[in-house]
Amino acid sequence: MANDSGAISPARVEARGWGWRHAGRLRSALDGIDLIVSPGERVLLLGPSGSGKSTLLHALAGVHGGAEEGEETGTLLLDGEWPGAVRGRASLVLQDPDSQVILARVGDDVAFGCENLGIPRDEIWPRVRRALDEVGLDVPLDHSTSALSGGQKQRLALAGALAMRPGLLLLDEPTANLDPAGVHEVRQAVARTLDRTGATFVVVEHRVDVWIDLVTRVVVLGRDGRLIADGEPHAVISAQRDELLAAGVWVPGAPPAVAAARPAPAASVVDLEAFDLAIGRRSDAVVRSGLSLALPRAASTVLTGPNGAGKSTLALTMGGLLSPLGGTVRASAELADGLRAEPIRWRSRELLTRIGTVFQEPEHQFVASTVQRELEVAPRALGLDAVTTARRTGEVLERLGLDRLAQANPFTLSGGEQRRLTVGCAIVAQPGVVILDEPTFGQDRLTWIELVTLLRGLVDGGTTLLSVSHDAAYRDALGDQHLDLGSDALRMEAAA
Amino acid sequence: MITVAHPRLHLVDRVNPVSRLAAAMLLTTPLLLTVDWVSAAVALCVQLVLFAIAGVTPKVLIARGWPILIAAPIAGLSMLLYGQPEGTEYWSFWLARITDGSIELAVAVTVRVLAIGLPAVLLFMNVDPTELADGLAQVAKLPSRFVLGALAGARLVGLFMEDWRAMALSRRARGIGDHGVIRRFATMAFALLVLAIRRGSKLATSMEARGFGSEHPRTWARESRVGWPDAALLCIAAGIAVLALGCAVWAGTYHPVWA
Repeated sequence: MANDSGAISPARVEARGWGWRHAGRLRSALDGIDLIVSPGERVLLLGPSGSGKSTLLHALAGVHGGAEEGEETGTLLLDGEWPGAVRGRASLVLQDPDSQVILARVGDDVAFGCENLGIPRDEIWPRVRRALDEVGLDVPLDHSTSALSGGQKQRLALAGALAMRPGLLLLDEPTANLDPAGVHEVRQAVARTLDRTGATFVVVEHRVDVWIDLVTRVVVLGRDGRLIADGEPHAVISAQRDELLAAGVWVPGAPPAVAAARPAPAASVVDLEAFDLAIGRRSDAVVRSGLSLALPRAASTVLTGPNGAGKSTLALTMGGLLSPLGGTVRASAELADGLRAEPIRWRSRELLTRIGTVFQEPEHQFVASTVQRELEVAPRALGLDAVTTARRTGEVLERLGLDRLAQANPFTLSGGEQRRLTVGCAIVAQPGVVILDEPTFGQDRLTWIELVTLLRGLVDGGTTLLSVSHDAAYRDALGDQHLDLGSDALRMEAAA
Repeated sequence: MITVAHPRLHLVDRVNPVSRLAAAMLLTTPLLLTVDWVSAAVALCVQLVLFAIAGVTPKVLIARGWPILIAAPIAGLSMLLYGQPEGTEYWSFWLARITDGSIELAVAVTVRVLAIGLPAVLLFMNVDPTELADGLAQVAKLPSRFVLGALAGARLVGLFMEDWRAMALSRRARGIGDHGVIRRFATMAFALLVLAIRRGSKLATSMEARGFGSEHPRTWARESRVGWPDAALLCIAAGIAVLALGCAVWAGTYHPVWA
């Protein structure tokens, strides 16, 4: 299969009336799919959340397992065989960079797939070096995998997949959790690889513009798990534009319809400010120092900067969660409302009505078994009576479009729903300041618009907002004040 | 604490981690069978000399062995105060009595904790988990599914520590950070367990996606070997154990735990 040039024989995919129903679900994730992907074709697979795109990729990679995980109908063939029987012909890269790192050293991690395929030892290491070279990951083989950035981890996962020399490369939203530089790195690495190996390629992604020039075909799945469009990329995108927009796909040339950022009110009071601040997660490791900034009331501030610049740490320090390692954070007298000016001195319960912080990982924040109870956590801590609690949680549920899911377990929600719920848990306490870390990671276009509209509504209602974000569209919509935490200094600019 | 970056050791560094595990067991198991001070003292003296020859400096000994160095006198002190009273009594207060018998027992226990703990810590000082896994699968022939599953799972521990920190901060942000330590610990431990299961199943999918768990026989990118350094270390370990027990029998202090 493999020769010295590293070229491979591209795989052929054939689905005939194929469908899949996850164990324990009533409705099929996918149903009646007829699809032939010829060797060497490059396919972008689009569709709304829950349309079964990932299910199809998992099945092609042969990781669906047996009857206990779900029920299969029709046939799905890879080079004419059941995908589970030809492990290694297809390899899959998933969305979450952290959960794909398997071993502690870069070289071992890339070699892992080759070992599983039974490749002889003296052939593995040349493959590993070549794969790392292809994805442009220029680190020693014994480099620690936990020291890599998100973009580097995704390229590591890609290298691990490539070292297996697959005839079919499958990517499941590989750039959803990455900053723009990381997205670019991964896209370039994929382009180089495909040009050299000629492998068949299927990618699932909400952001069409990343892949549109790399793929030769676009396939669209509908909400009911059936195929609704298939053809030349630009033709499908323009013909299916409304369908795709309704499905939450980021279609090129269709910026989200939300109001642009506007300057903070001229005479705005400052709610929260930092002087000569030094920050770090541990007291012996200062990440940045000499930072001074101010958050004007009833305005939205967006904080940007490269990975590792300390944006999240700064946000957590402003939010009274991490102690400043130098300098001070001070709240206005009105925000402090009788307490000392330094938020880190406030008790947890006192923080609730003053500063609400929403973290990057929704899963770190859930403490209750249903959405309803999750929203009741803050009102309970504040000692609100049952009537007020019910009114406030009811309002938030409706505003976030989660009322239908009030009795669902927070962990079972989709990524977008989880994100909105964490925002809801903060605003139900009606804090004067809301701080958000990467609120739009992994959001499709529809949930993105809902979230940004909701946040703008809060600001209009007098809330002060600070968001850490890599997202340029988010900054355009909510960057009333834009702070850039560059590698050398913190720069500030106001919206025009 | 003082940290010393990977001190190099003669001989020991060339020994397969699996052989080091075997050597540690060979050396320490016989020492668990008796509670006398002679066997432990002989073993400890020989060990200290050999580790010094191998390149363990006092600084390394303190940096790596401090938990043992602290635990040993604490274990000894409890024996000194509460050990079986025997012979002359020197001091007593309520239940605590210092006697000839308890002094002897205290010395024996202190030296024994050192003689068992220090070689275990020092032999495993430079062991990389990946190399240990290579050895367990290739040399000890443990099933690769089990070994690699454990290795990949162990890597998640670092992530769990970050999860724990983030969860503690988020509880403060959510207004429930003022609860008592015990209640907060219990709820966070449960939440971490849920998260751990989710991370574990994601990891399993990633491993499967790279062909792990198929019926196909697996190869190993790095060969795990054993050679004469392994044999030498095992002989030294067995030699120390025999010498220590022999001296105890000769001195008449040999005292098996079951006697």
